[in-house]
Amino acid sequence: MKKKVGLIVNPIAGLGGSVGLKGSDGNNIVEQALTLGASPYSGARAVTALKVLVPLSSNIELYTCYGLMGETVSREVGLEAKLIGQPRAIDNSLYNRLKSTTAQDTIETAKEMLCIGCELILFAGGDGTARNIYEAVGYKVPVIGIPTGVKMHSAVYATNPRNAGELAAELISGQICQFIDGEVMDIDEDEFRKGRVSARLFGYMKVPLSRVHLQGGKISISSDPNSVKGIARTIVEDMKPETLYIIGPGSTTTPIMELLGLPFTLLGVDLVKNKKLVANDVTKKQILYELSANSHAAIIVTPIGGQASLFGRGNQQIGPEVINCVGKNNIQIVATQAKINSFYGNCMKVDTGDEKLDSELCGYYRVIVSYKQEIVFRIEC
Amino acid sequence: MSYNKEYEQIETGYQAVRWHEPVIYNLGRHGIINEITPQADPEIQAAAKYDVENMIPECMRRKKEPSLPELSEPEVVRHYVRLSQNNFSYDSGNTVGLGTCTMKYSPKINDQLATLPEVYELHPFQKDEQIQGILQIMYELRTWLAEIAGMDEFTFQARGGAHGVFINAAMIKAYHHSHGEDFRDEIITSAVSHPANGGCPAALGYKVITLYPDPVTGDIGIEQMKAAISSHTAAMMMTAPYDTGVFDSHLKEYIDMVHEVGGLVSLDQANFNGVIGHLRAGDLGADMMHFNLHKTFSTPHGSVGPGTGAVGVKKPLIPFLPKPLVIFDGKEYHTDYNRPQSIGKVGNFMGNIGSVIRAYAWIKALGAEGITEAASMAVLNNNYLIKKMLQVKGMGIAWANRAKLQEARFTVEELFQNTGVTTFDINRRVIDYGIISYFESHEPMIVPNPITPEPSDSVTVDDLDRFAEVFDCISKEAYSNPEIVKSAPHRCALHKVLDGPLNDPKQLATTWRAFLKRNPDFTQAKGI
Repeated sequence: MKKKVGLIVNPIAGLGGSVGLKGSDGNNIVEQALTLGASPYSGARAVTALKVLVPLSSNIELYTCYGLMGETVSREVGLEAKLIGQPRAIDNSLYNRLKSTTAQDTIETAKEMLCIGCELILFAGGDGTARNIYEAVGYKVPVIGIPTGVKMHSAVYATNPRNAGELAAELISGQICQFIDGEVMDIDEDEFRKGRVSARLFGYMKVPLSRVHLQGGKISISSDPNSVKGIARTIVEDMKPETLYIIGPGSTTTPIMELLGLPFTLLGVDLVKNKKLVANDVTKKQILYELSANSHAAIIVTPIGGQASLFGRGNQQIGPEVINCVGKNNIQIVATQAKINSFYGNCMKVDTGDEKLDSELCGYYRVIVSYKQEIVFRIEC
Repeated sequence: MSYNKEYEQIETGYQAVRWHEPVIYNLGRHGIINEITPQADPEIQAAAKYDVENMIPECMRRKKEPSLPELSEPEVVRHYVRLSQNNFSYDSGNTVGLGTCTMKYSPKINDQLATLPEVYELHPFQKDEQIQGILQIMYELRTWLAEIAGMDEFTFQARGGAHGVFINAAMIKAYHHSHGEDFRDEIITSAVSHPANGGCPAALGYKVITLYPDPVTGDIGIEQMKAAISSHTAAMMMTAPYDTGVFDSHLKEYIDMVHEVGGLVSLDQANFNGVIGHLRAGDLGADMMHFNLHKTFSTPHGSVGPGTGAVGVKKPLIPFLPKPLVIFDGKEYHTDYNRPQSIGKVGNFMGNIGSVIRAYAWIKALGAEGITEAASMAVLNNNYLIKKMLQVKGMGIAWANRAKLQEARFTVEELFQNTGVTTFDINRRVIDYGIISYFESHEPMIVPNPITPEPSDSVTVDDLDRFAEVFDCISKEAYSNPEIVKSAPHRCALHKVLDGPLNDPKQLATTWRAFLKRNPDFTQAKGI
């Protein structure tokens, strides 16, 4: 039986990077980049990925968009595709052809692919594109990112375009049956251009689990759903009375709240004391307020994104004042084995905004990876 | 999955037998009778005075016949011979690829000794006075191993290495309990130790802290060990040397650090083949350890044993050893069950005695000099192999600056990045060349696209040259036409098995009956 596969190419992704523009979002970027001599390359990378799927063409029913958002690419490799969305007028101007593709096109197309029943959405782009796809399909359909963007902090990409194709091929041919949660992150480009990195966690998409093909590499086949439950059980069993627990964002910490039967915010910080909810989705100010009323506190936090960031990406509410108040010894790090293995060879990083604190936080920490299972990992700034 | 005829034609020097042998349930014919047992004579029946049918309680009697296959005796023999021919084993070809297994040669003469009637006709319920010979062999082996390991006592009760690790973990628990220190609930191990060193204590309720080696130095490091050790440390359970062939530079210091907080140290010596006769766990300060007789000491193994994890301990742990222990009173040998602090029985009877006899014979044949030389040979063979393997395009080695003992962890990450061919692809292609599938790595695979071979002491230089040559051929294939390797194997008994479904509980069936329930429309050609 044929598998329905969706392909979305963001032809603008990566355009700004080659000429140092730190991203490709924003109205003027395309014009600026082309003026500076940039040429689009996400299409070529998508071609590399798609070539791997050609031998499987009899098993695939490919859906893609008109023009530069997928039709050009599928035609180049010789893969027949059903076209969805709006046909585009043929225009000789590259600028016009690029400008006619928008984030809204990505979102609409991905939504339609979900309705059609696509079992995989293969997309070429960066964090901006990942965000758009996430907005459309959430966790409902497996995705694989062909890395073509400038910002690639999300954990949804293969290591290179060919591996994206390989990963897709393995999923289509039934070789892969397990998935992991891939964080969808994006950096505020304006802040970035001012020299400040401010990343937000938007949510999670479903990514096929592979030993070799994903960004960060070396992943082991471990059962993540059980690991996170084990982590939650360990944390809850060890919870001390009259202690304020600051539960950081992420799909690894959420099961703690679920085990306690408390409402939670996946992307926000929640506060718990005596196994009861104190507040959901708190700001830094609110955390500091609660800390002033509690003499004992602990932070439960997990590294976020594909870059092993513990503080400073996606959890800025747990800022330096909070960390200084709670104390280094009361930070409990949690992470699944799969996540740790994807970081192996690098350290966890911190960027709290306070350089002195960052350097104090460096060192070895015990990380809970499952029920009564820990590893030791290093933080470096 | 279909064969690629063109790739099948590539001459590799090997072609597997290919029996399309169905499952035995699809063979035979209903009603076949293999033998007709004559009834006993009437006089015998009368003298016996029993009626078998009525001896079985009604509630336990079958209501219908078991649905077993019905074949004639020659059909059964042919079926299993064909299945065996579809397999690749130690006796089929080069097994250098199986790192951490130490696939040294199991001398056939030791098989003859272990299957002498005087041995296999012993009954485990016989009294000690009737089995002095085998008890003497066990006691002498225990004495030699204690000398080799620097320990005070040994038991052969463990039926494998992981079983030995389990016994050690259980003794750690019993020891601390006897000292009123049940608060010690943490075990420290490493990601380059055998996973049993984490799994066995976990099964006993311990919290397990796994330490990762530094990606550059290959050592755990003192600072990392400090972060793991606490007043709750029950023990460090570690493999030494590591599965990567690296001997941690700070092992002695870790042992001292653990002892300082009152913990015990158990060394998993599965990789002892690199250091036998040159190093003793006891001298390093270990309190307990185990050897794999089926690795270092040459007894045969492959997937299902029979193995023996010979567990050795220092004096303070002796009371906790599993029972029975073989003891000697100066005149006679006994099996001692009177051990009130023992962790109890860990298996039936005395262990895998065939293993014990073969290990005993191996040590006797080589002597102290010979077994020490075996380690030197193993290390030399491994380092020769490393030089040859690193000449293969796309091949790298982890912890390149560290000396390697009995084995090494290679990586084809460079080849993968250049060609898309993974270690798993290569591992299916090597069998086409007549060498056994190699060991990649234990989980977690911290070295990407790993390959971990281990020559051991009993290979020829031709074995090593051939092994490296095969990787060279496959590397050339990967760089010129990767599809050959990615779609391998092409000359084996079966083509590629999808392992996704094997890891999916919804698709995996562990019995024929379960398989049919999942696949009611399944049909298979009847056998010949």
